Amino acid sequence: MRKLLTPLVVLTAAMFAYAPIAILNGPAESTMLLISKIFYFHFSTWMALTAGLIVCGVCSAIFLFKGNATADRFAFAAAELVTVFGAFGLASGSIWGRKAWGVWWQWDARLPMALTLELIFLGYLIVRKYGGPGSDKLAAAMGIFGAATGPFIYKSVDWWRTIHPQTSVMTTLSIKAPEMWRLVWFCTGAFLLLFVVLLLVRVHLEERRAELDRLYLEAEA
Amino acid sequence: MNIFRWPAAVAVMALLLTAPAVLAVQQQPPPANEGFVQANDLPATEQLPAAPLVVAAYSIFLVLIFGYVWSIARRLNTVEREMRTLEQRQSPGGVRR
Repeated sequence: MRKLLTPLVVLTAAMFAYAPIAILNGPAESTMLLISKIFYFHFSTWMALTAGLIVCGVCSAIFLFKGNATADRFAFAAAELVTVFGAFGLASGSIWGRKAWGVWWQWDARLPMALTLELIFLGYLIVRKYGGPGSDKLAAAMGIFGAATGPFIYKSVDWWRTIHPQTSVMTTLSIKAPEMWRLVWFCTGAFLLLFVVLLLVRVHLEERRAELDRLYLEAEA
Repeated sequence: MNIFRWPAAVAVMALLLTAPAVLAVQQQPPPANEGFVQANDLPATEQLPAAPLVVAAYSIFLVLIFGYVWSIARRLNTVEREMRTLEQRQSPGGVRR
């Protein structure tokens, strides 16, 4: 894992070093102008969060039904990353909305659903920290249901009338604004690499914690 | 003759009294709730600057990610230190409590 981690870190750092320059010189949306440049990181962070939801949901299910400890470590690490990327997604969206909509927050369908997702995963972390014995199984169930909210949040802008742009913005971007489309996927690639790097490091921490627990049990025996 | 003079006098008086009010109503601007009027050129003082907001958004990202990496490093160091202490205690010449 360590052999893989070093080139991944270098590549991620290089992409994040180049991203601000590309965004600065890249195109802006015609009506929102400069503030629309938040889009590049805002969209990418939600894509990294989606990766976290998939990892957490799948690994939680594997742990719950098969009892695989490695899957539990991946689920725990992914849940923590969901809260980190979710926090930035909510903050960047709020800042963007302040300029584009004139308000920091809008109680439409998308935004409160995204906030609820963040709260579910904060709940997951609290259960893991303070839940005591058996909290891993309870948290796994939370992880599965937290991940299940993802598709509803994604489609909320199409199903309900909201102030947030619809999903068709991304499907038509490659035709209407190919330069923006390329740049947003470059940033998404950088965010997904960052997600993988942080996930591997966070899983390593859980492995070391498990090793420490094993040593304590040996010492007591 | 007097029967016709009184109503005519009352009508003339009523016309004289209501005429200014009718004229004033006709000269009033339309009610404000009929619709918004578009303003294309807002003065610079009324415009919310976008650059500080964009910088703030990207700064939040950097703070969040560096803070999270620092948090992982701190937790990892704590675990490693505890493991070293435990291994020293378990080694034959180590300190036992």
